[in-house]
Amino acid sequence: MSDTTAAEAAPSTVEVMIDGVAVDAQPGELVIAAAERAGVHIPRFCYHERMSSVGMCRMCLVEIDTGRGPQLQASCMVQVSPQMVVDTTSERTQRAQEGVLEMLLINHPLDCPVCDKGGECPLQDQTMAYGPGESRFVEEKRHFPKPIPISELVHLDRERCILCDRCTRFADEIAGDPLIDFTERGNETQVLTFPGEPFSSYFSGNTVQICPVGALTAAPYRFKARPWDLAQTESTCTTCAVGCRIAVQSSRNELVRYLGVDIDPVNHGWLCDKGRFAYGSVGSPERVTRPMQARSSGRVADIAAVEPMRNFEPSDWARALDAVAAAVKTARPGAIAVLGGARGTNEDAYSWSKLARTVLGTNHVDAQLGDGLAADITVGLGTATIDDACTADTTLLVCGDLREELPVLHLRLRGAARAGSTRLVEVSPTETGLTRDAARSERCGGGEAAAVLRDLLDGDDPLSDELAGGSVVVVLGRSSVAESADAAAEVASVLADRVPHAKFLVAARRGNIRGALDMGLAPGLLPGRCLSADPTPALAAAWGELPPEPGHDAAGILAAAAAGDIDVLFLLGADPLTDFPDSVLARLGVAGARTVVAVDTFLNQSTIEADIFLPAAAFGEKSGTTTNFEGRVSELSELVTAPGSSRPDWMIAAELAMLCDADLGFVSVSEITAEIAAVCETHAEAMGSPVDGDGVLVSGAAFEPALPPAHVAPPRDAYGLRLVCNRKLYDGGVTVAQTPALASLRAETALRVHPIDLERVGVASGTEVEVHSERGALRLPIVADSGVGRHNAVLAFPSPELDVGALIDATATVTDVRIETRGTQEPAS
Amino acid sequence: MSFFTEENRALAGEIIGRYPKRRSAMIPLLHVAQGQAGWVTPEAMTEIADLVDTTPAEVLGTCSFYEMFKREPVGKYLVNICVTMSCALAGAVELMEHAEERLGVRAGGTTPDGMFTLASAECQAACTEAPCLQVNYRYRYRVDTEGFDRLIDDLASGSLDGEIPQHGITARVRQHIPEDRAVGAVPPDEVNEAPVWLAASAPNGAGSS
Repeated sequence: MSDTTAAEAAPSTVEVMIDGVAVDAQPGELVIAAAERAGVHIPRFCYHERMSSVGMCRMCLVEIDTGRGPQLQASCMVQVSPQMVVDTTSERTQRAQEGVLEMLLINHPLDCPVCDKGGECPLQDQTMAYGPGESRFVEEKRHFPKPIPISELVHLDRERCILCDRCTRFADEIAGDPLIDFTERGNETQVLTFPGEPFSSYFSGNTVQICPVGALTAAPYRFKARPWDLAQTESTCTTCAVGCRIAVQSSRNELVRYLGVDIDPVNHGWLCDKGRFAYGSVGSPERVTRPMQARSSGRVADIAAVEPMRNFEPSDWARALDAVAAAVKTARPGAIAVLGGARGTNEDAYSWSKLARTVLGTNHVDAQLGDGLAADITVGLGTATIDDACTADTTLLVCGDLREELPVLHLRLRGAARAGSTRLVEVSPTETGLTRDAARSERCGGGEAAAVLRDLLDGDDPLSDELAGGSVVVVLGRSSVAESADAAAEVASVLADRVPHAKFLVAARRGNIRGALDMGLAPGLLPGRCLSADPTPALAAAWGELPPEPGHDAAGILAAAAAGDIDVLFLLGADPLTDFPDSVLARLGVAGARTVVAVDTFLNQSTIEADIFLPAAAFGEKSGTTTNFEGRVSELSELVTAPGSSRPDWMIAAELAMLCDADLGFVSVSEITAEIAAVCETHAEAMGSPVDGDGVLVSGAAFEPALPPAHVAPPRDAYGLRLVCNRKLYDGGVTVAQTPALASLRAETALRVHPIDLERVGVASGTEVEVHSERGALRLPIVADSGVGRHNAVLAFPSPELDVGALIDATATVTDVRIETRGTQEPAS
Repeated sequence: MSFFTEENRALAGEIIGRYPKRRSAMIPLLHVAQGQAGWVTPEAMTEIADLVDTTPAEVLGTCSFYEMFKREPVGKYLVNICVTMSCALAGAVELMEHAEERLGVRAGGTTPDGMFTLASAECQAACTEAPCLQVNYRYRYRVDTEGFDRLIDDLASGSLDGEIPQHGITARVRQHIPEDRAVGAVPPDEVNEAPVWLAASAPNGAGSS
């Protein structure tokens, strides 16, 4: 059959009449969706365009005539057909709508004045717009205890529930955590969890947002504000690198809520709970809001742990910046380094990149903390988008657990796999959130993904034919920080060699890391995705002479600092003692730098060691642009005032430049944005004019990344296990720790091994053991997990309570550990 | 540790094997659980969730939809007295009053010795035999107060043990399909020829292809 006949057989549009207007609908489109596109809003509660239709609420009843006379039908359950005539305003339709609303309100309490949903409630709004005005029901309503927590974040008021099936459908279809379900029957039907098993999904907050009544409320927002009092702006979440579009809302200059905004290319309206509730850390009372300088004498290490402020004395911007400038001026050439920059805007990153190169005279800048791929690979290799990964014939996952690292990418890929629009093949050291939905999931030893892929592709395995025969997207990331970044780079080189048509999506993880690298906050890179060694003419003209020596990456900077070769170390929203995999090196590095300048929002393990602390403005307190891991630039908005005298990072850079007798050439965010557009050809479109909510994808780079030659992970000794340090969404980082709603959700750290390996260790699951590496030792419980690959030992990093980095040597290819069971304690059963 | 007895665990495995999707075995396994304990315990639901690869919440959702799955302990004999129209007209209300007095519990309650749970029920589709009742879903027709007392005496003495099993066991004959006639767990998409039992029950050339 030729394409022509297929096209004739299936016309591209279907013409239907909706309220007397001819509408071209897509074949298979639902009446409610076609009407929506034509500007006719049909009221609804259960229908949600990102989920399957169920026809539960009957609110969308309209008169539909398919040639047999008009009949009332649920427009969310009927597909368009040729010559269909739809009347959404007929008298019968109106009577049906009145009847449905009267019925829904039989048991719905009229407690709108004290309900959080009041003022933005679809039931309230539609009752006003379509309701009968009066109820014939005079009897007592049904009562349930109000409200019950179904998780630490979500409360359920069953009296208000209209049983639309949105939350339960979301939990099952979208999140894949069917931990809530309809229970009982008839008049007793109610949404519930299983007793003792809460709705602890990473995506639970979405159910609150899509609940069409006030039945589900988010614990952190309950009774905090009324919708009509909220100030709102649209922005982009920078909690991880996915870059979900959000509506940021504040009340009395305090962030009180984020809502997901539906954009096609990224988040489809969904958010993870970490992103949704992260505003708690912005408004945290623990924020440092004024500059501080270390006390010149009497610093007490012991006190620092319990009362960190004791080691600082309050300062002001003039004195603190003078002290920084003095340290910079007395530093030896090439002895200044900047770590971090992934938490800010593109403009922040550009300013610090320019400050470092043109004023501080150093190439020692790194926004990554030894926990990503090499910067040139991240910037130069990644050309695929989320949509590409969701529509490729095969999407190869060689990365960490995306549910933990980039949760909404996990949702998109899961949805695509379940819809059959892509086929997931996974190579990972342990099962991940996508294993159930993957067509194939291969376990590998830590650091051995490239070897496994090489064996599969060079052998008789059907995978090589499957990859050769269709489009391929590789989602590439660091599945473990206990192995060197070369292991992931080698995966890229194996695949680039054997599957030349494969496109890569680099799963960079931290906030605006991609933007920071694009702006040159990496030792070998300059703004506009060019190499330091080969700046673009526009950049060379704008920046003038650049420091000649190649820069160190984070590991190199920390090693140099530990050796006494760094005079000024800037920590730009960086906490290497927590986030750098090798915590011993991080500690020596931070201690070894002559002057440590922290530009941060909180005191953390690293910034507490600072000599000068400069308080930075956080998310929601500054405008600019951000770049997600695809390279998509979107706008950030300022909604609340930064507390105290906190300032955005770019402003600190600009002022510091002036104190160092230089001028960065800009005094506002818009000037920086314009300068980036002017000097970075790649960003001319994205930064040259305002971008809409979807953002603008910046593609292309001025260089081809150099993929490393094959490196071979050393063989594991027969008695050891290979350490795999993967990520948890609720980790030991500052966002979670400073967000009250999330801090308690952090899981206890345990070493997970395959049951057979645990048997070889010879202790019961849950026993506390000692884990030894070449570097150090830790005491923690060991548990059996059949999802872990043989000979791997999986440990979450960073841990809230344990210094996991003490086991890791940043210079080693992989980390092997031994388990010691002397003096162990069996778990109390 | 495990809720199911070793025997029932094996049975569960056999039941799951009959379906292309494990989840389909949920309701049969709930029957097995109720047969074992007399009611569906939370532990049973958790274990079934594990066996059919879903969450306990979904098992609870399904289990609680069906009135005949009991999620509270039930006596050895569940006595359902029909109180709908025909039976009510024929003396069911008096029968219920008598039953409450005889057993010493109100409708919905269980006797302290754990022998009887008394419940009022909707129509049991035996209106010509009103008033009727069920003991563990086995019918008793045209029951008067003396008949009720005799029934309780017989149940208590064990003389009906052969006829009425204890609560939870809905069928005493469990289906066992021989392998050559079993369809087996073939995903629906992969079915491309007639099921084996069709050939096996063909009038000529039975069983062979």
